[in-house]
Amino acid sequence: MMSLIIVLGVVLVLGILFLIFRISTLVGIAKGKKEELVSPNNGIHAVLFVVFLVGSLALFFWYSITRFHLYTLPIASVHGKETDRLFWITMAITVIAFVIISIIMFVFLYQYRYNPARRAKFFPDNHYLELTWTIIPAIVLALLIFTGLRTWNDITGPASKDAEVVELIAQQFAWTARYPGVKDKSLGKVNYKLIDAVNEFGLDLSDKNSFDDFKSLELHLPVGQEVLLKIRAKDVIHSVFLPHFRVKMDAVPGMPTQFKFKATKTTEQMRDELGNPNFNYELACTEICGRGHFSMKMSVIVEEQEAYERWKASQEAWLKQNPDYLNKVPAELKEAAMIKAGMQADPGAGVAAVKE
Amino acid sequence: MATTDIHLHQDVHHHDDGHDHDHEHHGGNFWTTYIFSEDHKIIGKQFLITGIFWALLGGTLSVIFRLQLGFPDMNLDWLKPVLGGWITPEGKLDPEFYLALVTMHGTIMVFFVLTAGLSGTFSNFLIPLQIGARDMASGFMNMLSYWFFFASSVIMFVSLFLETGPAGGGWTVYPPLSALPQAIKGSGLGMTLWLVAMALFIVSSLLGSINYISTVINMRTRGMSFTRLPLTIWAFFFTAIIGILSFPVLFAAALLLIFDRSFGTSFYLSDIYIGGEALAHDGGSPVLFQHLFWFLGHPEVYIVLLPALGLSSEIIATNSRKPIFGYKAMIGSMLFIAILSFIVWAHHMFVTGMNPFLGSIFMLLTLIIAVPSAVKIFNYVTTLWKGNIIFTPGMLFSIGLVSFFLTGGITGIFLGNSAIDIQLHDTYFVVAHFHLVMGSASFFGMLAGIYHWFPKMFGRMMNERLGHIHFWITFVGVYMVFFPMHYIGIAGFPRRYYSWTNFETFSGFTDLNMLVSVAAVLTLAAQFIFLFNFFYSIWRGRLAPANPWNSNTLEWTTPRNPGHGNWPGEIPAVYRWPYDYSKPGAKDDFIPQTIPYSETPESNLPHETELIKLESTSGDDIIIQGGKLEGNH
Repeated sequence: MMSLIIVLGVVLVLGILFLIFRISTLVGIAKGKKEELVSPNNGIHAVLFVVFLVGSLALFFWYSITRFHLYTLPIASVHGKETDRLFWITMAITVIAFVIISIIMFVFLYQYRYNPARRAKFFPDNHYLELTWTIIPAIVLALLIFTGLRTWNDITGPASKDAEVVELIAQQFAWTARYPGVKDKSLGKVNYKLIDAVNEFGLDLSDKNSFDDFKSLELHLPVGQEVLLKIRAKDVIHSVFLPHFRVKMDAVPGMPTQFKFKATKTTEQMRDELGNPNFNYELACTEICGRGHFSMKMSVIVEEQEAYERWKASQEAWLKQNPDYLNKVPAELKEAAMIKAGMQADPGAGVAAVKE
Repeated sequence: MATTDIHLHQDVHHHDDGHDHDHEHHGGNFWTTYIFSEDHKIIGKQFLITGIFWALLGGTLSVIFRLQLGFPDMNLDWLKPVLGGWITPEGKLDPEFYLALVTMHGTIMVFFVLTAGLSGTFSNFLIPLQIGARDMASGFMNMLSYWFFFASSVIMFVSLFLETGPAGGGWTVYPPLSALPQAIKGSGLGMTLWLVAMALFIVSSLLGSINYISTVINMRTRGMSFTRLPLTIWAFFFTAIIGILSFPVLFAAALLLIFDRSFGTSFYLSDIYIGGEALAHDGGSPVLFQHLFWFLGHPEVYIVLLPALGLSSEIIATNSRKPIFGYKAMIGSMLFIAILSFIVWAHHMFVTGMNPFLGSIFMLLTLIIAVPSAVKIFNYVTTLWKGNIIFTPGMLFSIGLVSFFLTGGITGIFLGNSAIDIQLHDTYFVVAHFHLVMGSASFFGMLAGIYHWFPKMFGRMMNERLGHIHFWITFVGVYMVFFPMHYIGIAGFPRRYYSWTNFETFSGFTDLNMLVSVAAVLTLAAQFIFLFNFFYSIWRGRLAPANPWNSNTLEWTTPRNPGHGNWPGEIPAVYRWPYDYSKPGAKDDFIPQTIPYSETPESNLPHETELIKLESTSGDDIIIQGGKLEGNH
């Protein structure tokens, strides 16, 4: 019933609008108004353009300045400072260009609105003008390109050898992190064909580096140390996005990718700085990956070095959590695996203790 | 040439002479005149009407998902009669259908509206009229071009009603998401239909482009040298060349994707574990698809944009009553853009894991493309300088185009810079950028073209006041929709998100998102003013004068309703460029291209006075030359 009334109302309003339109047209004809090339309201548009210019520029600057804190994310990485600096330099240059060109254009629209007494200036070309506005943008852009290139090369250059390596694995619709483990500090081999419901990494247990790898559903990172994210995906393309660290890199099935960066502020420091005790760094997916794309989140915790090392040491190896998989370990490595995974005391360590 | 030409179209003239009011009833029944027509004007209108249908549908889809984004708590049960099971029992939009909406909105707008609807309409309609030809080089191929497009449209439309929904992997259809039905429902039959529809679409586009190119090269009238072509024709010409070179690559990409989906090949797939099993695909690369896709995808931006820039160049010059500033620079910048458009594609892929060195090369090339674009904007602004500007609806929309091209273009300088793109990639900043620079600018170009050439299309004028109202609501509306997205994007909000509530980082801006959605609804509503005006004026509009805008180009020398063959008598010869507006000394403020310099001694420039001597002889030369060309057909 309600919808019927709404439909009737809409029809009525449209009917009235149509009648108004018809009547005004007919009145125009009855008055013998000749349709001329230039409508008598031509000047109105010129005024409206100026109003639009002033109003929109005022709104633009007012919002941009008063809401600055709302749309700028705090920076928590070293290279993020660089990319943000580039961003704001580009912003300054483009806003200046934008404002100047807009003002000129809209003022021209007003100033040179139709006037029957005047004639337009026949001005088909001017090589000096054209050269000027080809060369000036070219120079400005060249400057932007070269500063951008240097930053890009720094960001994408090889990671240092002592960078902390963490693997991020994307799947519909969750992130998992794999840490190399404190004993060997290197990630074990993986093979997607070994993936099953439990072995979600596809961990190849014939590789001894895999024994102490551990899994985490939170991404823990040390502050002030270079981190190398090794990124892969199991099913479709995803993308790692760490907004506060200005990090983004796709996770591609069949093609491991990586991104190196250095966090500059711990979660605690950021909480203090923002005055928000509930603040958390987050990792989001930015490549469309299916139904749950919008909910593909991982919490990120940045800690001081010692706290980070303590956390790592306290984590159980994946193999220890899934002892069934010991039978996938080649017989000759089984003992080493048990020791490395922390399932059995290291006899060597016992000997060392005795010696002391 | 004149004799040859008349001979070729003798039957047409016979009917047309003096009968321009009822010409359409001659020479064919309803089916051959309006449905399977080989007349470029009818085919142009067919593209236009189909394009308008798609634009309305594409716009409606966007408003539905904007409701979700602006009013996440809204109860959408009232959409159930239309969307059925896609509304969850809680009255919410299904997240997977949200992705399908986004995907179809993109596909429809980019391909069906702004490629077929814009280029298809105006290239078909204007090329023969503005170069002085009876029709396209091949009317039959032209007809095929429309009907392939129609078939493609039907298939794409049908895919909307599938139980598993239409394609839902984004308009870029990146595999593996688009290759694996177990990854998303839309990758089932919906994606198959998407690929089939696009394959047909590409066939349509190629048939059209081949026709446009051969027509422009071979069928220009006497005196219509390349340097006397209106900028519209230059734009259509470049667009067609870009289309011919890039669409086949998309075809190849789609074909390989079809193989991967249906025949177990591994072009794009490797190392995939999904739905509890490891797939056998091995050795493919998803990034290969992205390279192939964007090799079309980036030129596609210019396929969409160049015709709009061409139309607006013509309209701005006419309504400023001034020659377009820097005619040759405009052609040069379009040529430069067309070339560069092929070597910037990987700027869509800076963070896909592509070799960073490639990233730096593509960044360099991408920022270079900003130079010719800037030149175009400066030339538009200078054309307005000291003009005598008449704000017809066509002119207003052209000005809107320049404004959007500027606002959206400069944000490209951020995104083209790979270091800055790391943060902005796939955020709303990108959405704002391309909707302004390519979406809205081209859309405004299309509307400007419709308002400006409506009198030639239908012999009647559109209502000017409704046009003005339509412009102002749409102009302000588009800015209200897309400008706030820059802020949302700088804040990092990712695109294609059904909702942001899962993230604390993206919890703000509910107010801006609401504003954007309200503006989107209003902007869509304003398009109904246009629709009314358009269809009302086709039948009830004021009869159009022969040359309603006092324009110089050839199409205004045809009868009010040109028949098949366009000119009842001989095709007029051309003696000058199309931009002799407000020439000092001339009586009127425009001199049509058909007026010889010998008739305008008062306004000729010194080098033009020289040309008078050549007019008769050179005219003969061209006649002989033109005769040869005609004879070759």
